[in-house]
Amino acid sequence: MPYQFTVSPDFGPDQLAGWHIFNTWLQRQLETDIHFETFDNFDSQRQAIAKDQVDIIYANPYDASFLVREKGFVAVATPQKPDETTIVALAEGPTQSIEELTPGCKIAQTDDPDISMMGMMMLEPANLDSNNTVLLPQNSYIQVAKALIQGKADIGFFLTDAFDSLSTLIKGQLRSLVTSDIQVVSHALLLGPELAARKQELSQKLADMSNDAQGNSLLESLGFTAWTPMDEEEMEFMIDLIEALAA
Amino acid sequence: MQDMSPSDIQGDFRKTTLNHYDGSQRVVLVTDNETPYPEGKLIVSRTDTNGNITHCNRSFVDMSGYDESEIIGQPHALLRHPDMPAAAFEDLWKTVQNGNKWHGYVKNLRKDGGYYWVYATVIPNVRNGKIVGYTSVRRKPSRKKVEEAISTYANMS
Repeated sequence: MPYQFTVSPDFGPDQLAGWHIFNTWLQRQLETDIHFETFDNFDSQRQAIAKDQVDIIYANPYDASFLVREKGFVAVATPQKPDETTIVALAEGPTQSIEELTPGCKIAQTDDPDISMMGMMMLEPANLDSNNTVLLPQNSYIQVAKALIQGKADIGFFLTDAFDSLSTLIKGQLRSLVTSDIQVVSHALLLGPELAARKQELSQKLADMSNDAQGNSLLESLGFTAWTPMDEEEMEFMIDLIEALAA
Repeated sequence: MQDMSPSDIQGDFRKTTLNHYDGSQRVVLVTDNETPYPEGKLIVSRTDTNGNITHCNRSFVDMSGYDESEIIGQPHALLRHPDMPAAAFEDLWKTVQNGNKWHGYVKNLRKDGGYYWVYATVIPNVRNGKIVGYTSVRRKPSRKKVEEAISTYANMS
């Protein structure tokens, strides 16, 4: 049985192509069969994780916390790029700032847990929370954008990278109200218990990836410039942060 | 911890002596200048079990007005504003030392004597069942909640 590799379902098709190539790289480096599995949403991915069907994962910070604490995964490396959240409204709409938003505000969001958490956190200055807003779940960031453009939602929560990679045509109809500047929270590549013993080896190979042209080209297709090895304490720190934010 | 220096202060100030939880004292110089909390920023720091700062992020440096070298190793009380009641910090320490999360609205003192309000969460860092330090995360508060906190703190010791 090959090992299973998956990525957090917050990436568009363009970036998934890069992760397919990364999977080939992983197989060569670890000299083992690895199947790249994609999931349409967080729920189906979580079901696979619950059934121990995932061995390697590029996880968002919220899920990484769960995987390390509850499922025995170990963090190997993070990209040199923090995760940030952008709250977006219609460009031609009435809302110019977060503090103008009022109770009853309709929010389009995916089921990306950390983006939802950060988005709600950035609404606190307007005295808004899950009790006085209406959440409109969407299957993808494109759908979040459509809900705004069609006037179904007042604001939308985006992973900043996902907002930045929207087409010019769509982005031109939207306005960023606020982008987080958290600096210290990012996705992480994790190994499940069966591969945990290979952490050091993989961590070194990932760190070396930016030292050659082929590696750099692959990194570019993933949307960042280098991997930084992540030790246990750094992961624990990120888990503490997520816990503090979820409080 | 060193007393505040008049040469660092922007504008008119008043002088107060703070009595800290550990028995130490600090002379602080305070102005009425508020620095608005920037949208989307998160201030993050970690301390050891004695409350001495071991890590801080760029937003901590920017909002406090200190250089990072002036922050690391200092007690977190470096940011303590005299308008904050001692009872609030006693509650904070008791809560986190018992292994629980604390959150509340805090008026922080800047190096230049000004202040900024935050919504703060402090959690114990538990490793192998033992508290090894604390992580504090501050975010932009609602103005309505700040007004409520001002009123509450005015009636506390």
